[in-house]
Amino acid sequence: MGLDRTATAENSDVVSSISPNWLTTRLDLLVNWARSNSLWPMPFGTACCAIEFMATAASRFDLARFGMERMSFSPRQADVLICAGRLPFKLAPVIRRIYDQMPQPKWVISMGACASTGGIFDNYAMVQGIDTIVPVDVYVPGCPPRPEGLLYGILMLHKKIRGETLADKDLRVEQLLDERGLRLPPERIDELSEPFGNSVHQTRSE
Amino acid sequence: MHPSVAALRSQFGDAVGQAHVSCGDTYVYVDPAKNLDILRWLKETAGQDYNYLVDVTAVEYRDVERLLEVVYELFSLKRNVPLRVKAVLEDRVNPEIDSIVPLWRSADWLEREVYDMFGVTFRGHPDLRRILMWETYAEGYPLRKDFPLRGRFSRSEQVRQALNANPEAHYSMEELAIAETNYDLPLDMRDRLRRGERGTVPDPEEKSR
Repeated sequence: MGLDRTATAENSDVVSSISPNWLTTRLDLLVNWARSNSLWPMPFGTACCAIEFMATAASRFDLARFGMERMSFSPRQADVLICAGRLPFKLAPVIRRIYDQMPQPKWVISMGACASTGGIFDNYAMVQGIDTIVPVDVYVPGCPPRPEGLLYGILMLHKKIRGETLADKDLRVEQLLDERGLRLPPERIDELSEPFGNSVHQTRSE
Repeated sequence: MHPSVAALRSQFGDAVGQAHVSCGDTYVYVDPAKNLDILRWLKETAGQDYNYLVDVTAVEYRDVERLLEVVYELFSLKRNVPLRVKAVLEDRVNPEIDSIVPLWRSADWLEREVYDMFGVTFRGHPDLRRILMWETYAEGYPLRKDFPLRGRFSRSEQVRQALNANPEAHYSMEELAIAETNYDLPLDMRDRLRRGERGTVPDPEEKSR
């Protein structure tokens, strides 16, 4: 990401501002090292995934090894939003407001099948994947995922953070809702929310 | 047969319908127009003493001929006896029945839930509004059999309405039952609570998209 943006005539704006050079790549290394080793999580626990998340934070799995022991219950001081559990439509504006209140840099982990896709709850009350509400960096599958699964997702997020660069100007742009109040085009939301697996047979609305 | 059913028959006659035993529990059908009288009698008559209202709920069957039923789960703490009272509602589209909040205050939220999920209007309920779904929910009553599992609107429309909802909507102090505690609150909070803040009901033109 960004690092492979070479200076050409097409993206001359990158050249004029900050192009990847020795100084910025060394700075990236330092900044990303610092950021990835002290991610303060904003726990958004709505269901059984939150139990596994608590287990991850407790002594056996010990989230403190990754500098994440400080649960930030204020979005203003959080770096990574961990949505642990299914998200009903009633909570959609709440998680969106929490995401909007978090300062940059910020990342989102979607923990569990329900947060990522709606899971078994393909019904009238449930958001079919929180990526229709907020941008998601890492999806952790499982129902609920074991703490090892969440830790693997966190390590993947570390890897992603270590690949970021200051030269990428789009990376920290706030992704706000459009004038309809949606994050994605409606067709894309319908496509993402289509029934799959068992719920194709359970759904009677089609 | 359950002794309370025989007592009900002798007291109310035709207003008491069939009684059955299912899995050891007795349930008895009563006239929906007299539900308040019958339940009051069951609660207040010595020898009956059904003083605890366990649950109020409703049933709609897959059989389209059968009508919606409201179910009252009663229990006598004094005698350790349960009784289930059912009332069949005649109107399929706009079912109505008298509220039993005057008898049991605990029926307040239970009846609100039945209203929210089944659309049963409880006449005389002090505060009949949705309790689980949000106030601007416009898709209907989710537990009715004609309600599609995924809701009536498209997923994108549901997401749009959800994201446009006001997460800080609240009722004004006057609308709530705790108005007298208002004066114990800090001044700024009292100011904020003075006027209710409402979400907007979604435009019906847009939902038919």
